[in-house]
Amino acid sequence: MKQQQRNILIGILLVAFYFAMGFAMDYRIIPPFQQVNIYLMGINIIAAVSLNLIVGFTGQLALGHAGFMAVGAYVSAVLTLKLGYPFIVAVFAGALASFLLGILIGLPTLRLRGDYLAIATLGFGEIIRGILINIDYVGGAAGMNGIPKMTTWTWLYVFTLFTIFAIKNFLNSTHGRACIAVRDNEIAAEIMGINTTYYKVLAFSLGAFFAGIAGALYAHYYFLIQPTTFTFNRSFDILVMVVFGGLGSLTGSIIAAIAVTALNALLIDFGGLRMIIYAILLIVIMVFRPQGLLGTKEFTFKSLFRDKERGDSVC
Amino acid sequence: MELFIAQLLNGLSLGSIYALIALGYTMVYGIIQLINFAHGEVMMIGAYAGFFAVSVLKLNFFVALLIAMAVSALLGIIIERVAYKPLRNSTRLAALITAIGVSLLLQNGGLVVFGTDYVSFPQAIQKVTYKFLNGNVTITSHQILIFVITIVLMIVLQLFVQKTKTGKAMRAVSFDKDAALLMGINADSTISITFAIGSALAAVAGVLLGMYYQTIHPTMGTMPGLKAFVAAVLGGIGEIPGAMAGGFLLGIAEALVSGYWSTNYRDVVVFGLLILILIVRPTGLFGKDTREKV
Repeated sequence: MKQQQRNILIGILLVAFYFAMGFAMDYRIIPPFQQVNIYLMGINIIAAVSLNLIVGFTGQLALGHAGFMAVGAYVSAVLTLKLGYPFIVAVFAGALASFLLGILIGLPTLRLRGDYLAIATLGFGEIIRGILINIDYVGGAAGMNGIPKMTTWTWLYVFTLFTIFAIKNFLNSTHGRACIAVRDNEIAAEIMGINTTYYKVLAFSLGAFFAGIAGALYAHYYFLIQPTTFTFNRSFDILVMVVFGGLGSLTGSIIAAIAVTALNALLIDFGGLRMIIYAILLIVIMVFRPQGLLGTKEFTFKSLFRDKERGDSVC
Repeated sequence: MELFIAQLLNGLSLGSIYALIALGYTMVYGIIQLINFAHGEVMMIGAYAGFFAVSVLKLNFFVALLIAMAVSALLGIIIERVAYKPLRNSTRLAALITAIGVSLLLQNGGLVVFGTDYVSFPQAIQKVTYKFLNGNVTITSHQILIFVITIVLMIVLQLFVQKTKTGKAMRAVSFDKDAALLMGINADSTISITFAIGSALAAVAGVLLGMYYQTIHPTMGTMPGLKAFVAAVLGGIGEIPGAMAGGFLLGIAEALVSGYWSTNYRDVVVFGLLILILIVRPTGLFGKDTREKV
């Protein structure tokens, strides 16, 4: 198939999927209590794909994705609930706040070789929670209640696709290639003239930006957000999705986000056990298959129709 | 002035505990360049081992301390052999993700096995409160004990690393693993010993922390673990004297923030400090500036 034909086919399929799901939810073919999981899948796809940009494609371990979601959620909720701004403005403001915080944390820690980002982001998640509890304006420990439910299926779908395609195109650009080069060999990349710090911070803050979008969508779906909504366990869940799907595979992240969200819903009564299972799986996968289950492979239409020819593009 | 002295004493005892944990981080980082995220959880397991030895087996406090050290040392060796050793030649990212997996596994395993309740730690040593400066400053026997145990362990560790053959092997492996191998040093067992010592020190920290706060919980390792890492970076990661100094500095800073400002912001200050160090002096107070060779 030619490139153009394939793009048209993908476009038609995506639009058809949008209407099919919308129809199924409107007419309750998917029961309302299951619809929560559909929304959660969308939010998790955004979070997982954006974390994959940082961990999988740029090779930097970030452990504070839930913290950035919290920033996006709180900033957007303050804008819509307290100041009455429109939804779309609030979402982008939340994402922008995350982006700026990403630069603030990324710049000092990513400048150095080593694993300081992991610790700094881990601490960041805790600090965000500590600060939010102490701000009375956003409800303190009780959180913010009564956030208008503005995350509709349409908005969710649009933002999920926006995230996926934005990151996909970023990765296929010069900047994305530079990020992948940094992951594969930082010293070699530096010798080739790539400003490694710049690209690491760029990937990290872009990931934070999209995490902010995920948080904003979350806040406007559940209408209640608390500092404890975005704990380290949520960051860990997103990391599990990225690792299961493959470090460096966007489609892998999407599939894993859907699968893990479904699995979470099934194992909801076994909270502690679920974390143990995930932790063991994480260790086993890292020991036996360090690139994650799918590795850097992508599911493409090409690979569906023509199995023998390995995709030459990254995504 | 009284407030300052009181907070300084609090800071010294808390700092002792941070220093003990930071030693484990810094030794492991020095030898295999890995942030052992599970270190805080090893400390937690040590605290529970000490708790069971005192409350169930009715043992003397110091015997319980030794048992906790043995349990944690064994755990440290097992973690290294099962989870970290297979990844020694793969990417740092894979090793880090494994470490975080081990940490979560131990923490949630602890929540399932030990339950989610806070357990009150038995008062194995009589708590005596001494007052001075017109009764405005108090110091407890526990605080003195924490400080003394820490200082003794640090001296023992320093002698071990500097004077014994095994200590020399540890320094050699962390300086250059391949050259050490060529000199006939068994790198695998040296790394295992490093994990064992670091974990044993963490166990002491866990028991002391349980005594200090009088409660233990399966998630107790997370925050002190993170802060101890900050202490290790503050002192210069990989440097044993640095970890000691960093631990004390961090403990005092935290106590002063709690005393003069607000306990709500002490965590913020600690991580703010980390960011500050990374900007101003990434090698830490005691670290040497090393050039990376290709």
